[in-house]
This record gives sequence, C-alpha cells and structure tokens, in this order.
Amino acid sequence: MIEVQNLTKRYAGRTAVDDISFTVANGEIVGLLGPNGAGKSTTMRVLSGFMPATSGTVRVAGFDVFHDSDEVRRRIGYMPENNPLHPEMRVVEYLKFRARLKGLGWAKSRSRVNKVMQQCGLTDVRRRLIGQLSKGYKQRVGIADALVHEPELIILDEPTIGLDPHQIRSVRGLIKNLAGRHTVLISSHILPEIEMTCSRVLIMFDGRVLASDTPENLQRRMAGGSQVIAEIAAPEAALRAACESLPDVEQSDISAAEGNFYRCALTAKDGKDLRPDVFALIQKNGWQLRELTRSHHSLEDIYVQITKPKSEVVE
Amino acid sequence: MSVFLTLLRRELGMFFYSIGGYVIIAAVTLLTSYSFVVLLHNLGTGPSTAPVTEMFYGTYFFWLIVLLAAPVITMRLFALEKASGTFETLMTTPIGDVQVVAAKFSAALIFFMISWLPLLACLFIVHHFTHQAEALDARTLGTTFFGIFLVGGLFVSLGCFASSLSRSQMAAAMISFVLGVGFFSLGFLALALPANSDWQTQVIAYFDLFKQMHDFARGVVDTRAVIFYMSATFIFLFLTLRVVESRRWK
Repeated sequence: MIEVQNLTKRYAGRTAVDDISFTVANGEIVGLLGPNGAGKSTTMRVLSGFMPATSGTVRVAGFDVFHDSDEVRRRIGYMPENNPLHPEMRVVEYLKFRARLKGLGWAKSRSRVNKVMQQCGLTDVRRRLIGQLSKGYKQRVGIADALVHEPELIILDEPTIGLDPHQIRSVRGLIKNLAGRHTVLISSHILPEIEMTCSRVLIMFDGRVLASDTPENLQRRMAGGSQVIAEIAAPEAALRAACESLPDVEQSDISAAEGNFYRCALTAKDGKDLRPDVFALIQKNGWQLRELTRSHHSLEDIYVQITKPKSEVVE
Repeated sequence: MSVFLTLLRRELGMFFYSIGGYVIIAAVTLLTSYSFVVLLHNLGTGPSTAPVTEMFYGTYFFWLIVLLAAPVITMRLFALEKASGTFETLMTTPIGDVQVVAAKFSAALIFFMISWLPLLACLFIVHHFTHQAEALDARTLGTTFFGIFLVGGLFVSLGCFASSLSRSQMAAAMISFVLGVGFFSLGFLALALPANSDWQTQVIAYFDLFKQMHDFARGVVDTRAVIFYMSATFIFLFLTLRVVESRRWK
C-alpha cells in the first residue's frame, strides 16, 4: 500500500527526514514511533501529499504522491497533528462538508456520515458545535473525518495525544476495529499505545528509521534471552546447586526475600522459556513456590535503548 | 463544480456564523448612512441635475468603505486556516488549488456585495421623496452596482493575496490595506500630474480609480475601465494561486 524509497525532506537548512525507506502492506496497522522532532509528522505530511519530498519517491496504492496527487488524496484519510477542526460548525455539518469536499455525492455523503458517526460514537453529539465538544469527542470527529470517504489508507498523526485514559482506550479500540478493512499508519511517542494497536512498529529517530519489526520480535531481539523470576522456600545451598544444574540456564542470581523465601532470577539461553523446568524442579524437591513469572523487556526499554542520544552512549 | 459550491457555501457561511460578518455589515451600514445624511444635506441646498448615485459617490464615503471593508472581509480567508491548521486538512482532500482560491474569492466578493445592500435602501428613500423619475433610473443604479462589483473584485483579490501570504490575520489586513491605499493613491497621482501625452502619464491615467468609479456612478460604462479592473483582479488571483501552490515548491 505504501512504498517509501530514499525519502529525504529538508526544510531551510535542516534535515527533518533523512533517506528513509519502508513499505507497508495492505491491511497492516503500522505504528510510527519516535520522540518529538524525529520526523514522524513530516513523513506523514509527505505521504498525505500536503508537501513534496526533497528527494526520493513515495507511492501510495501504486500512485506517486507528487505526480498523481489527486489519485493519492482520494485514497487517503489523513488526520494531521493536533487535529484541526472548524469549531463553529456542528458535528454532522462538518462531516457532511468534508464528505462533499472529498467528492462524495449528496446521498452517498449522507449515508456515509451516518455510518461513521455510529462507528465513532458521535451520534449523540451530532448537533453539537465542535468547539464545545470535549477533547475526546473532537478526536473522534477527526477520525470520523479521516474515515468518511472509505479510504484505503488512513494516516493518523498522534491520535491520542492529550486524552484521558478512558478516551485513549476508546480511541484505541476504534483504531483496532479498522484493521483488515483499511491500512492504518499511526504515529505516537507513547509506547503502550503502539504496542497494543499495531502489528508492526517503525522506530524513528533523528529523521531515520532505526528499527522495523513486530512488537514481539523487537522484544525478542532486544532482550536477548528472557528472564524468569521465581520465589522459592528451600535450603539456600540446595537451591543454588539445583538452579545451576538446570540445562538451559545461562546465569542465575539468588537473593534472600521476605520470610524463608529466596528470589531466583534465571536468564535462559536463546530466549527459552524456563518456567516448566523450574516448576518441575520444585515439584521434584517438594519445595514451596509463591511466584513464577517471566519478565519481558517492554517496548519502552527497547525504545529508550535505540533512541538514546549518542553522547550518552559514549559515557 | 459541486466541490466548488460546497466550499463556496461554507466560506460564505463563515461570515454569518461569526459575529465578525455582522460587525462588518453594521460598519458599512453606518458609513453608508453618514453618506446618506450628507446626501440629504446636499439635496437640501439647491437643485441638482446629477443622478442620486453620482451624488452619493460625491460624498467620498465610498472609498472609505471600500478601503476599510475589503481588508477586514478578506483577512480571514487563508490566514485563519493556516494558523488553525485546517489548511492542511483542506489541501489533503482531492480538491484543486484553483477551486480553493476561486471559492474563497467568490465568497468574499459576494459578502462584499451583500454589505452594500443597505445603500439600495438609502437610494430608494431619496428617490421616493424627490418625486423625480430622472433622479434614479434602473440603468444608473445597475452601472453603479456594476462599478462597486468591479472595484470590490479588485480590492477583494488584493485581500486574498495578502491573506495567502501570512498566518496572521492582522498582518494580512495590514498588507491588504497598504496595497489598497497604494493602488488608490495612484488615482490621486493621476489627478495631480499635469495632463500631457507622455507615456508615463497615460499609464498612470489607467489607474485613476477615482474617475473610473465616477463614470460608473454617472451611468457610463467605459470598457477600458472594465478591462482594467478585471485584468488587475485576475493578476492578483493568479498571484494568490501561486502562493497557495508554493508549498509544493518548498
């Protein structure tokens, strides 16, 4: 659906996007993740045809965004950063206006507007002025606008910024429901959001794409092996010996915990899951167990690791 | 075409959704009524052979209205959309730059004409109480409003251009006011220069907005003036279009 090749965008003297390439397949939900100023919004603006690339090619559904701008714009639903709306219009009026601008006929725009208002939970506020809506509703109006002409590709720039947790939840649910029918590209600097909604993550930093993978793969790649935490009540020496004797354990770290329990942190070779082995060991010795968990490196760790400024890495 | 009409309707609606539009209409009405008072005073001093429209134009409130109203009407057109970010949502719909410029210009011009409607009432009152058929005939009225339309087109296109240059409505209004006064002053220059036949004087004579509008108010339609106004309007609309397109060159 999207093919970006060697895209570079320079503003007067400053390179916002530096030679990036990526592709997005039909029906994927892809998250563009990066700190502020990483070039996410610029990439999206180029994709939406609002401004041209300095160099490189961008194709959406096989059309060049610069040369076949009209064809591309017909296929894209784009919600810019900060979701600009017309505060003096009513919700239904605004959506109808937008549908007509996007070339839908009178009857078609009517039915589509009713559809997206239902889809986005706006039916109750259809006659309210946009300027008087809460931020969560405004955001939904922006998303409804992006959806109204049934675009193949939906681009949402920071769709959940400034929302409260409930609103974030509902917007996230809305985005998840789009999967399959539409290709979705969303940007965010909030990690859990991308982790929960997207099937693939592109991590951008300083105008470049540093990583592109599924959230799970990124975790696996970055974490090396996963760690298992077990709290076991057993004689210390026996416990140490038993832990070291487990075949797949690379490193074991045992420390005293509350009561007569010991906390064992076991790192496995090749990311193997150690939990069944640990459980079998405990069963065999008749020890007591009160916790057995596998800790993940969250996307947050990965993100911080990747986007750490170079100066800090040197230190 | 339907996209153009949708946009035109919205742009025109914007004037009436906000208090701003009504303030402009009220201000124009106030200035028109001042000129009406002067007009009545002039009528009281003695008989006149000029049509009422010419006498109205003779009160000089006309240019004050044009010079003040056009920048205020047009300042919002592009500047507000750029400042609020809706320019981005507008330009990422499959709509042409030409349609955007044309719709905004047409809406502003229509609103400009609407704000002139109170003048009609003033003229009809005079007509009614003078009991003279020659005081106001349909053709003079027509040419006067045609003149207002042409002058309005020029000053509104200046305003469109100014608004497309800036994100700030205030800056847009000031730019268009300065451009408008500059254009208007060329007319004074034409009056002040001695009438001779060198080409500079002749060129400046074409910019004599003062005399051209006077002709329209007298019921005279000079094709040179019509062509001048229309081409100047198109030049500024073309410049506006280039500014709107310029985001693609950056």
